[in-house]
This record gives sequence, structure tokens and C-alpha cells, in this order.
Amino acid sequence: MTHKSFSELSLNAKKIWDSLGPKAEELTLKERLKIPPQDMPCQDPRIRKTNVEEVTAGYTLEQAMIEAARCLQCPNKPCVTGCPVAIDIPRFIKAIQDADFQAAIDIIKKSSLLPAVCGRVCPQENQCQEHCTVGLALKDIQQAVSIGRLERFVADWEQVNKGGGSPSVKTSTGKKIAVIGSGPAGITAAAELCRAGHSVTLFEAFHKPGGVLVYGIPEFRLPKQIVKNEINTLKSIGVAVVTDFIVGRTRSLSDLRQKHGFAAMFIGAGAGLPKFMNIPGENLVGVFSANEYLTRANLMKAYDRNKADTPAFLSKNVAVLGGGNVALDAARMALRLGAAEVQVIYRRTQPEMPARQEEIAHAREEGVVFQFLENVKQIYGDNQGRVKSMQCLRYELGEPDSSGRPRPVEIKGSEFIREVDTVIVAIGNEPHPLLRQTTPGLATDSRGRVITDENSRTSIPGVYAGGDIVLGSATVILAMGQGRRAAQAINALLQS
Amino acid sequence: MHSQHTILKKERLADDIFRLKVSAALIASERKPGQFIILQLDDDYSERIPLTIADADLQEGSITLIFQRVGKTTRQLAEKREGDTIAHILGPLGQPTHIARFGAVVCIGGGIGAAPLYPIAQAMQAAGNKLIVILGARTKNLLILEKELASIAADLIICTDDGTSGQKALVTAPLLELCQKNPRPDLVVAIGPPIMMKFCAETTRPFAVPTVVSLNTIMVDGTGMCGGCRVSVDNTTKFVCVDGPEFDGHRVDFDNMIQRLKAYHPQEETARHQCKIGL
Repeated sequence: MTHKSFSELSLNAKKIWDSLGPKAEELTLKERLKIPPQDMPCQDPRIRKTNVEEVTAGYTLEQAMIEAARCLQCPNKPCVTGCPVAIDIPRFIKAIQDADFQAAIDIIKKSSLLPAVCGRVCPQENQCQEHCTVGLALKDIQQAVSIGRLERFVADWEQVNKGGGSPSVKTSTGKKIAVIGSGPAGITAAAELCRAGHSVTLFEAFHKPGGVLVYGIPEFRLPKQIVKNEINTLKSIGVAVVTDFIVGRTRSLSDLRQKHGFAAMFIGAGAGLPKFMNIPGENLVGVFSANEYLTRANLMKAYDRNKADTPAFLSKNVAVLGGGNVALDAARMALRLGAAEVQVIYRRTQPEMPARQEEIAHAREEGVVFQFLENVKQIYGDNQGRVKSMQCLRYELGEPDSSGRPRPVEIKGSEFIREVDTVIVAIGNEPHPLLRQTTPGLATDSRGRVITDENSRTSIPGVYAGGDIVLGSATVILAMGQGRRAAQAINALLQS
Repeated sequence: MHSQHTILKKERLADDIFRLKVSAALIASERKPGQFIILQLDDDYSERIPLTIADADLQEGSITLIFQRVGKTTRQLAEKREGDTIAHILGPLGQPTHIARFGAVVCIGGGIGAAPLYPIAQAMQAAGNKLIVILGARTKNLLILEKELASIAADLIICTDDGTSGQKALVTAPLLELCQKNPRPDLVVAIGPPIMMKFCAETTRPFAVPTVVSLNTIMVDGTGMCGGCRVSVDNTTKFVCVDGPEFDGHRVDFDNMIQRLKAYHPQEETARHQCKIGL
């Protein structure tokens, strides 16, 4: 794919809109299907791989109007069935068609509290856009209406024009609620509970709130200012944000509950424990969990080598193991930290990758190389214990497994050596065991996930949970949906 | 619920070793011997470093931190004055020391390792153990907590590399003598530079004297999220921050741990980053 500059896309959109705009309301479905899908304006790949600024610039006004005009306003709203929080997508796009951006963002915010985040990081092609009639009619999911980009457009519009908006808060109920973890689940729960009039304290173990949105997802994909805006909104409506407080160590959950008078609690502590491959050589110098690599780079700002005290490992030749968004974030961060060559090693093929298609395309444009049908068996070090190479094995696709994806099957005797100096393991995270270990009576399943019922209730009365600590590693939008559901259940409990 | 962390008292214990009393009421009331904190000096660019909690004062709501000036953060920390604040302290972290009545317990502190050793020695003594302390340092004026440890130990043995105080020996020399005696010690707790802990473990191994070591590896979050601190214990990967910091010294792969501590040495030697490893 050749890179199209911002000005090229913007000029092109202006031209299209000049002829389309005046008749946009009367377009037939056929005509709408012929409107060209709008590409996301991006930084030039050659430049962006040397900085951490956001890769995508967001639609221009004309691009948003053109893209919105592509929506057929299907009465059965198939896109909504793909949205984990059931945003009324055709209605918000209709509002964009009517150039009523305030109405558009208001419609989204009825269902989603973090549109600026979700518009950027949701895997839309597996959610709303997968069901889009336009994509189906054109026989290409990539040609579906870009719902996520439109969501981002109106969220950014609101931030620029209205300072993000300020949610209304009901009169105080005098009830105290603790929200543990300040990632997407916690932010959402805290906002909902605070708006219902409760006094909410949001606990975060790190020195900055935001959870995975600040330590995990890089600046170039989700600018930290966006997370800061959301946290500032929480503070402005009265949520007390307490950082440097790790529930389970600074205070146990039970102590917090009993001695500090919290009427209810929500656990949204995430899945923070990195999985490793359990292969020989994994503790050599130069092998990192993606969590460590990204936390150093993002939260500790190691990309700014002149200012940051936290060092980033010096790499020339990096292998990233895994096929999700985290793997791509780590790979692209490695380029930005100066690696000459970065390879993503994945056991299956591109269609099975859990990563967003847009990120795969972006990574490729930046020079990340994908090695499909391959896995690592062993890592070798030099005499100082530093990574020098790894033994890989080729795979082929077999019968579908429980996830519905073809099972990767190793090809016996296909071992070969790849020379690398850094290996980043990005094969997923598990719920952190701390709360489980320090909270008697908190029921968890065999994978350490907190067990909840359909109302987000845990085994301890008054204690609710949601997000990755319940789901394992999932998505921002699902975590948000769970935070919202739990908040509604807590509100119902406290009203009765 | 948020504590302001003010430096209540600052002392210089040796050339490069300082003791701070810092207000941290929540941590003071919850901490147990063997646990540590993560400290950070500003919001954006400073690093997170682990420091053991050397003591706590419940009434005052303070904790005591002892650190050696070795890297940028500890240099900045050493420049702070009484009344100054520390932006971030997270804790208490890690598993507390297993304290019980073992019998005769030998506590070995090498250099700054005496700081994390002190609360453990206190607790061991309070639990009714016969406490023998071996304190080692390069030279006399690097010895710390000598008086404090002397007041609780049945026997205090001092070793210096240059013989300026106590025996001119490594801590492993008196340790070997103790292991050769009958009865042998029931437990050894060794805290100090990795190489010292390694050789303490090698000294006690032939005598099968249980030997606990407290590891100080590179950490980022200190809560089990990054795995930067991982060590091989009996060929199984453990996280020092949540599974430790204390482990069975006979099972730790010290060579791998020592290599991992040097992960950032190439760039630290060329950049302004000096060695930041506290031990």
C-alpha cells in the first residue's frame, strides 16, 4: 500500500464532498455503495517509525461526512449486534450525516463512556464492521463503513469544541464505593457510580491512573492525553483517585471494606500477569515480557532516552512472539527504540491473527516483518548470558481447535536458527493472583479469573468484578461494558 | 487515603549510605519483615526503584529506608533534606519473611544488606531464636547498623575485607566455622551482594543448613506485572517481587541472576546512567 499524505486525502475528500454534499440526503442505496471509502490519514511510515506521535490523524470534516454518507441506515441495524455495548450506530452516523456532531457524541455516550479510546483501539472488523451491510455488499470487510473512525471523529470533535463535556451527577447518596483498578473497567464503573450520586474512590497501584491504557497501549496508538482527559473528567465529577495503592498489599480488600466503610466494591484489576513460553533460555538477558517492554517504553517514557531514567534495552534484531495487538505494539515500539530489524513470529497465518487489521497494515508499512507458521523452541545466549539466537520450528495449519481457528501443527524436523539479540514474549496475560491470594472467600476459576454472575457479583456479597480479571485477556470495550454492568448492579443494590 | 511522604529524619550512616525516616502511615501499619517498597521521585521521567523497609514506627506512621548512593535516583534521594517529600512510595510489597522459632539462626548482612537484614534479625530474636549475626563490609566505615544488631544478637561477628574492623575475612569464613560446630545452625539468612549470597549458599550446602537469601533484582512495577525481576529457582521461573524477595539459596541460579542484573550495563556505561543496582 502506498502512503497517501494527509493533504492528498484531505484535498481529495474536499473535491468529493463538493459534488456529493449538496445531494447527500437524496442518495439512493446504490449510489451510497459507490461512495469511495475514506482512508485514515496517517503520518508517513518512514517518519513515524522514528517518533512516538500518534500514527493516525483522524478524519477531516469532509472525510467524516463522506464516510457517514456511505451508511445505508439499515432498519435491522446489524452493526449494533456486533457492538459489545450496543451503541446505536446507525443513529449516531445519521447525526453525522445531519452534521449534528453533538447529537452524534451524545448518542454514543449513552452506551460508551470512552469513545475517544474505543474509536482508536476497538477491533471493529471483528465487531460492528464485521456485520456492516456495506462491507457484505461489496464483499470486503475492509470496505465496511468505518464506524470506529467516525466514533473517534465525533469524540475528538467534542474534545476540541466542548472540552470533552461534563456529565451530570445526581445528588449525593452518602454511600462510599471503592473501585479497584483504573483501567477501562474501573474508569467506566467509577464514572457510572459517581453519576448516580455515590462517593467513589478509585484505587490504582501505579503512580498514574489509566491501567493498560497508559502502561500497555503506546502513545503512537493512543495518546496519553486522551486517557488524562478521561481521568480529569472523573476527578471533575468528584471521583477520588488514589494512586500508589495496591489492594491486597497496602490494604487487604477485606480491611478496606470493613475499616473504611465502603458499601460496595468493584474489582477491575485487569490481567496483569505476563505469560511466558516456558522454553529453555527464557531467562536470558534480552528476553522480555511485552508487559515489561511496553511499560518501560510507555509508562516510564524510556523512548525519551535523554530525559527518562528508566533504560530501554538496546536492540538491533528483535523477535516478537505472538499475534495480538500487544505483539504489534511491542514490535512497533522496538522500531521506534532504534531496532534495525523487527520480526513478529506467529504460529498461524495473518487471517488468524487477533490483532486489528489496521495495526497489521501499519506495522508492515513501518517495516515490521511477519514470520507466519513458525514458533520458537529454544533461545540461546552468549557467554554473558545475552540472547544471540533462537531455534525455531515451522508449522502448518491443521483442523480447527476450540477457538474455531485452525490449529497450528508443528512440522517435525523443521528446526532452524534465527539470529536475534532481543526476544519479546507477547502471548497473553493472566489475572494477577494477588487479590485471589489475599482475599479469603473470593471464588476464582482454574485460570485464576474471578467468578461472577450475570450481574457481575462475585462470591463475596457487595463485591463486584469485571474486565480482564473476569474475562482473562480481552478488549477495552468488553472491559468497559462489564464496568458499566457492574455499576448498574451496584446502583440497584444500593437503592434497594 | 493518600499519604504525603515527607522525610522526617535523615542520617548518613557511612560514606555513601543514608537512612531516611519517611512518613507513610498506611505502609507502616501493614509492613512485615522482609517486605519492600517501590519509590519514584517524580511523575514522569524518574525510575521506580525497590528499597527494603528497614524499620517502621507505628505511632509516628513512618518507615525507615536505608540506601546506598549508587545510581541517579539514589543520588537524588541522598540530596533530599528533612521536610522534603518523595512523590511516590508503593508498598508494602513482596512476601514477608517466614518467622518462627527455628533454634539457632545465623543472620548475615553484607554491606547495605544489613538494612533489609535488621528487621528480620529483630523478628527472629523476638520469636525466641538464638541470634548470631555476621556483618561484613569492604572496610570499617562501610559497616552499618552495628550497634543496632549488637543489641539484639547473642553473638555479633564483624568481617572486613581490609581488616579495619573485626576479622580480616569474608563472611563465609565464620559461617563455615559455625557450620562445622555441633550443633549446626538451624537456619541461615544471608542478605548482601549476589556473589556473597551465592557463596554463603555454597558454604552451607554441604552441611544441609537451610539458607534463605533475599534477592534484589531489576524491577519496574514491583507488583508482578513485568517479570523483569524473574529468577530461576530449581529451574522454575519465579518473580522476585511477588514470589520473593526471599528464596531458598540452595535452589537459586545465581549466575543467571548476576547476568540479568547487568542487562543494562552496556548502555549505562556509555550514558549518564550509572549502575543502579543497589547491592
